[in-house]
Amino acid sequence: MTINVKIAGLGGMGVLKSSLILAEVAFQEGYDVKKSEVHGMAQRGGSVCSDVRFGNAVKSPMIPEGAVDYLLLFEEADMPLYQRDINETTRILRASLIDAAQLPSRKSLNVAMLGALSALLSIPQTRWVDAIHRLFPDKLRAANDGAFALGFAAGKEFL
Amino acid sequence: MDSERKFLMGNEAVALGACHAGVSLGVGYPGTPSSEILAYLNHFGGKAQWSPNEKVAAEVGLGVAFGNGRAMVTMKHVGLNVAADALFTAAYSGVDGAYVLAVADDPGLASSQNEQDTRRYAVAAGVPLLDPSDSQDAYDFTRLAFDISARWHIPVILRLTTRVCHSGSVVVPDVPVQNLPAPHFTRNIKQRVMVPGHARPAHRRLRQKLKEIERWNNDEGPNREVLGDGRLGIIASGVAAQHAAEAAPDASLFKVGMAYPLPVERIIEFCAKHEKNAAIEENDPYMNELLKSYGAPLTVMPEYMRFGELNVARIRRLLDGAPEPEHAVPPGKPPGLCKGCPHKRTFELLKKHGCIVSGDIGCYTLAALPPLEAMDMQICMGASIGMGVGLRQVLPAAEARKVVSVIGDSTFVHSGLTGLAEMAYNVPPTGHVVLILDNSTTAMTGQQEHPGTGRRLDGSPTGQLDYARVATAMGIDNVVTYDPVKDAEPFEAALVDALRKDSLSVFVVKRPCILAAARKGAKG
Repeated sequence: MTINVKIAGLGGMGVLKSSLILAEVAFQEGYDVKKSEVHGMAQRGGSVCSDVRFGNAVKSPMIPEGAVDYLLLFEEADMPLYQRDINETTRILRASLIDAAQLPSRKSLNVAMLGALSALLSIPQTRWVDAIHRLFPDKLRAANDGAFALGFAAGKEFL
Repeated sequence: MDSERKFLMGNEAVALGACHAGVSLGVGYPGTPSSEILAYLNHFGGKAQWSPNEKVAAEVGLGVAFGNGRAMVTMKHVGLNVAADALFTAAYSGVDGAYVLAVADDPGLASSQNEQDTRRYAVAAGVPLLDPSDSQDAYDFTRLAFDISARWHIPVILRLTTRVCHSGSVVVPDVPVQNLPAPHFTRNIKQRVMVPGHARPAHRRLRQKLKEIERWNNDEGPNREVLGDGRLGIIASGVAAQHAAEAAPDASLFKVGMAYPLPVERIIEFCAKHEKNAAIEENDPYMNELLKSYGAPLTVMPEYMRFGELNVARIRRLLDGAPEPEHAVPPGKPPGLCKGCPHKRTFELLKKHGCIVSGDIGCYTLAALPPLEAMDMQICMGASIGMGVGLRQVLPAAEARKVVSVIGDSTFVHSGLTGLAEMAYNVPPTGHVVLILDNSTTAMTGQQEHPGTGRRLDGSPTGQLDYARVATAMGIDNVVTYDPVKDAEPFEAALVDALRKDSLSVFVVKRPCILAAARKGAKG
């Protein structure tokens, strides 16, 4: 059983960073993990997405068409781009799930989105918090903790 | 410690593999998707440095290997076009130490100007090529590349692709090599001075080595065979092998690890076990063509296999012989120049004055897209100057005077110097105008240092190339530096004046990349 998470947004929104954290969390849980993303040209504000897959044994690093279990959509206008990736059971977590006014900073949307996802996955909260602390500079710790909690609460409601 | 499992990006795994293989020096030029390898190598404690371009990097690496050291040279696929001159003859001379070129292809053109296939270079130059499919392979094959190079004294290409470089997966590293001999020089003129009399026997030696390596690849190469139900056999390499394993779980899979020389004997034996066989590969139908020439019974693949990246769905369609669906995914938001990018002002100016803009490779190529649409041509690194000069040589004077070449700072150091020499040598009838867009970094690929920034790869200070003095030394009289924002008015006046005159002008348009400035600010 492989869990397929696609994180999508625009360059500069923290898509790649959040996929790194998710991959790290799944890796620390002992899963086989694959993550795939595109750099370079795509990062200059253009549409960008990253696939994270984890389970017992993952083959392709890219999620097959229609096999996305969780779609994290940072830029809602981009939904048509991912129509072929989803199926009727895909859980779509949109940025509007998070109350932007309550975000500690505009930059922390990606961490809040991970918080929301964490409410839907059975991975201990400490794993997430550890990975976020490890992969961001210390000075962002308070903001990220706040954003993650905000996202987690939103995710619980979404559940 | 090192036997622990790790989660590594492909580029990170290559760097760790090189470290554990005892690399003496990693050298290269940034290019997506290869750019992070050397930064990771530096991070892991290896010695890594940027060269002005891939050819110089390949030459520095060759010196390392001639001195019995272990060199790794990194570049993107089109970088090998620049480095090829060194590679083709280094294949003849052979090396001491070890010499590995990590070359990253970009099927699907995530951030490139073409979809060329590095495997063709391996065949053309006659050097072995390894084709990893994930981070574990990337780590293992990097180490194997050093072993093969050291054993047969031959350059080896480690061919990566975007989905190997920029995918992460689990890696279990092996024990690092110990007790490598220290670098030293042993004179061997006949083997290293490739005059015709030395190169003729060297060519024969090369072909003999390749025969031996092909034998080794058939007998004990890094290829893996997993047998299925006997109906379908798939031959695949690189990330396509991972997609294929998922697309057709009941099929047998022959996963090619060394794609040149191809283990043809083994593959033909594999094909004999199945009712039907298919070779699945990204980019060119290299294996399909070669295997068919040996009579392998392969299903003919649709032409579309060579365009773009493969994935699980596309491979299912290929195996079914089904056409590609016509309803393509809608294009997302295209990339653009960053908000506050210093290049924007310059291109607005060129647009305002109706310039014909001969462009180059870097972030500023995005000026060709809407809304600016202020670049008229872009082909390869450094071409802006040559193409601009060529246009000026043939266009009617009124039109020729509108031609401007724009080139970034890193690109200028990479391949613009010789273009400038051409301009000063064969001066077009209307002269010419070159803008060196100096944002003091290699921005597009992730803000790497270069010989014009005054800092080395690890951030340590070093000498700094002075573009204005270089242009002056080449005999160009009108050379001025402007800040496109602070000096907006005098810059515009000077540009208009230069376009009117029939002489040569070089303007260094200098203002730091806002991303690099932000990063520098964050650091300290």
